[in-house]
Amino acid sequence: MSRKRWSPCREPVQPAETTNPTKVMTPDQRVRYKTLFMVLLMVVSANLGDLMLKRGMVQIGAVEMSPSGLWRALMSTAHNGTIWMGIFFLIGFTFCYMTAVSWADYSYVMPAGAFGYAVQTFLAVVILHEAVSGRRWFGVVLIVVGVLLVGQTHPVTTSPKAVSS
Amino acid sequence: MIRVVLMLAFFIFCSTSGEIALTYGMKMVGEPASFRPAALLRFLSKALRNGWVWTALPLLAGSFYSLLVLLSWAPLSVVIPATAFNYVVGTLGAKYILNEHVSKKRWMGVAMVCLGVALVLING
Repeated sequence: MSRKRWSPCREPVQPAETTNPTKVMTPDQRVRYKTLFMVLLMVVSANLGDLMLKRGMVQIGAVEMSPSGLWRALMSTAHNGTIWMGIFFLIGFTFCYMTAVSWADYSYVMPAGAFGYAVQTFLAVVILHEAVSGRRWFGVVLIVVGVLLVGQTHPVTTSPKAVSS
Repeated sequence: MIRVVLMLAFFIFCSTSGEIALTYGMKMVGEPASFRPAALLRFLSKALRNGWVWTALPLLAGSFYSLLVLLSWAPLSVVIPATAFNYVVGTLGAKYILNEHVSKKRWMGVAMVCLGVALVLING
């Protein structure tokens, strides 16, 4: 069994008569769903990473702006488990981003990632019970509608052949 | 004032060119064969051997540090709209450098996201 064998068809072709339309996903839909799933992972990883870094830095305390202060802060961050958790999630975010742009358009993934700002606002209200201004809610609505609009476009508009290796 | 404008231009240049270089490199690498750990490791090692991915890293680091400098130089009401403007510049880069087809619907979505991000961050 060789995986490298060239095949003219990327998708298994099924006769139309025997296909149940509710179970078939077009290649475009498949890319759309896996990209949106990856964007969701990106948003969760980035938010958790930021939260962990913030908690870690609060545990360390204010950084003194002198060579010895900066060195102490560096040593403290290197020995702080919460900071390492934050770094782990941010590496996860980068990995998800790299994976998403390996198959989908940059102009599709980039605006979809802004959904994170909407999630942050919801979390601020639900978990931290923060008061959120009307203008910020309006911003959230614009982001959600914008992401929905981008999400309806074709996720891939370039051919992989356009990029030569 | 002029140093803020120059730093803003530097930030937008680094951020957009870094992400475009990363996307270009990842398009060369191709998508992972599957989501099994071995396939993901192969995908990661292939990405780490790509020159464009390594070109992107200093540019993205440059954008991060220039943003920090900007935040210390200029008020948030100046820096944030410029950050949101990145979405528009990035989409232009996708269209003219990566040759992606940006439909009217995608442009509308990007414009709404850009405005929405500015509103959320300014009122954050």
